[in-house]
Amino acid sequence: MIRAEWTKFRTVRGWVAGVSAAVLVVVLLGVLAAFGTHQSCMAGNVEVVCPPPPTGPGGEAVVDHFTFVHQPLTGDGEITARVSGMTGTITYPPPNHDQIVAGLVPWAKAGIMVKAGTKPGSAYASVLLSGHHGVRMQADFTRDVAAPGFSGEVWLRLKRTGDKITGYASKDGGTWRRIDTVTLAGLPSTVQIGLFAASPNDITEKASPLGGHLVQARFTQAAADFSQVSPAGGWTYENVGDDGGRTDWEKTHPPGFTESAGIVTVTGSGDIVPLGLTEGMPIEHTLTGLFAALLLVVVVAVLFVTAEFRRGLIRTTLIATPSRGRVLAAKAVVIGGVTFAAGLVAAGVTIPLVVHLLGARDIFVLPVPWWTALRVVAGTAALLSLAAVFAYALGAIFKRGVAAVAAAVVLLVVPQLLATSSVLPTGAGQWLTRVTPAAAFAVLQSIPAYPQVFYPYSPADGYYPLAPWAGLGVLLLYAAAALGLAVARFRRVDA
Amino acid sequence: MTAALRAEWSKIRTLPDFALLLALTVVLTVAVSAASSAAGGNGPDPVHAALLGVQLGQAVAAIAGVQILAGEYGSGLIHPTLLAVPRRSRVLGAKAALLAGGVAAAALAALGGSALAGWLLLPSLPAGGLPRAVTGSVLYLVLIALLGLGTAAVVRNTVAAVGVVLSLLYVLPVVMEMLTDPQWQRWVYRLTPSSAAQSLQTTVATSALPLGPWPALAVTAGWSIGALALGLLLLTRRDAIAYGS
Repeated sequence: MIRAEWTKFRTVRGWVAGVSAAVLVVVLLGVLAAFGTHQSCMAGNVEVVCPPPPTGPGGEAVVDHFTFVHQPLTGDGEITARVSGMTGTITYPPPNHDQIVAGLVPWAKAGIMVKAGTKPGSAYASVLLSGHHGVRMQADFTRDVAAPGFSGEVWLRLKRTGDKITGYASKDGGTWRRIDTVTLAGLPSTVQIGLFAASPNDITEKASPLGGHLVQARFTQAAADFSQVSPAGGWTYENVGDDGGRTDWEKTHPPGFTESAGIVTVTGSGDIVPLGLTEGMPIEHTLTGLFAALLLVVVVAVLFVTAEFRRGLIRTTLIATPSRGRVLAAKAVVIGGVTFAAGLVAAGVTIPLVVHLLGARDIFVLPVPWWTALRVVAGTAALLSLAAVFAYALGAIFKRGVAAVAAAVVLLVVPQLLATSSVLPTGAGQWLTRVTPAAAFAVLQSIPAYPQVFYPYSPADGYYPLAPWAGLGVLLLYAAAALGLAVARFRRVDA
Repeated sequence: MTAALRAEWSKIRTLPDFALLLALTVVLTVAVSAASSAAGGNGPDPVHAALLGVQLGQAVAAIAGVQILAGEYGSGLIHPTLLAVPRRSRVLGAKAALLAGGVAAAALAALGGSALAGWLLLPSLPAGGLPRAVTGSVLYLVLIALLGLGTAAVVRNTVAAVGVVLSLLYVLPVVMEMLTDPQWQRWVYRLTPSSAAQSLQTTVATSALPLGPWPALAVTAGWSIGALALGLLLLTRRDAIAYGS
């Protein structure tokens, strides 16, 4: 029976053309957009190729910029220090942006670190005191474990055994509590241990009158006092990941360290975190033609069912297969399967091709692990397929093509448009991308929202409120419900 | 022409589709606008938030435009229509006139309702800027309905025509969002028929708009006139074949 439906599908020229056009539009618009993308940086007065950001041990692009006061450690060993307070400076915060104030941003951080070297992106493990999030153990940019119950003055310790690093915290330097143990694969025998300080930009979000929002960032600096440091003395200062730029504030308050009466004060700016979606081109942005393909697929899926009613073919079909549920299911399998295959080809060709083209033009694409790229490709296929089944089921319910196409587009595309580029506030946009079928676009998000980075993660920036597969699950539920309703209605009425 | 108008009038009067779509335009526009007003109280542009329903209402207006012509191809009614009024420009002209009138009335009600809801829900709604946004949006909805009619004359299958119009309204803005080059973005904005809705309703930071409100509306009008002209050309050249949908 599936074969019968497949024969129907493949013999109608317009439908095959529609699905083929959907594939083509994704590939062609992707390639076109690749050639329309320009990126250049200035070095002095000269336009140069932008230097790509460093990548962490996990392959992700990272920010690795902080003040590191370090010394080498060969073989196993440990570092201990007491952090007795952190102070900070925020330049020109709202509302008036006219003052430099004392204060710490939530993720200002100071603590101790074991790092494979001072090269940005190299492996590390750290225990730290943060601005508003207490004591944490963080490692290799993406790992973050909280150590609850500490406040104010805290003792920190990192112990290296082979390539395993264990972090501890203590209130008094006597009783220690283990926070986490991480394995830094391929750690060299000589590593750098030391004290560090970093302070990310102060971020606020402002709704833009033209839709979406503007993210404003302001320079900040943090300083921490360390005492009872062991090993003591022999420190080297390094501004890891320094790009040479200095703010006015830094001209009078440079990053670095001072040592007097057993107290080491470390001052620094920057952050040690993965790069977000907005700081590079994510792979899902290569799918410029996805929405055009979605429209084509919706139209073909609706025609696939309404044409049958309109032309009376349904009577012949029902004589051949009297079970109505099975007829609708077989058609759903065919339209779902065809569009899944089309989506797989479209995304499977476009993403690697366009990423390659962009690379050749020295445009930085945010790297992702292969399984994430695979998920985006398979997710695109599943998204197109479920959208087709959803539209098809709406067509079977309404029996009128126009109503089905309109409903499918209004439920799939309009919420996405309102959530990402209208004056709707972020909260409302997140709600729309949670409960409408447009939630499925979450499956395309290649870079997750990291809780250890403060950022207003909104759909307008490409951050969806639901996890990738959960978002797709919402569309699956809509498609299943519509299909169920279609079968129930189809059983009751005459053809 | 009067006879053609009267003939079209009796068709849309006796068939429930057109009136239903107009009613739906009003209901959906006001509903989304009211929801947006309730959600976006302290946004940067209250006028824009209060009229956001046009984003959805335009789809129904466009479908009304498609349905008034392509619906006849679907049902086969196009044959008696063209037998009764052989001058095809007259058929299209009569349909365009009635469509424009009907959608204008519905759009007035929709925008009036949206403005009223905004006035009730948004204490910060400024009076200035609202008249222009409302008038412009009414004209915009009429033009979008005419774009639907023109598209239906070109693509005679209702479902395909609706697909084309909705792509113009919704897919182009999404594609624009995804373009990384700001120069390309500005150009797509200037050429997209649906940019006018945003441009007309923006009352804050208007200097940042890639295209001002009235030029943007002229772009929309260009699309509608272009579609109608192409539709008329094809309508006079082609045989009338009933299209299934």
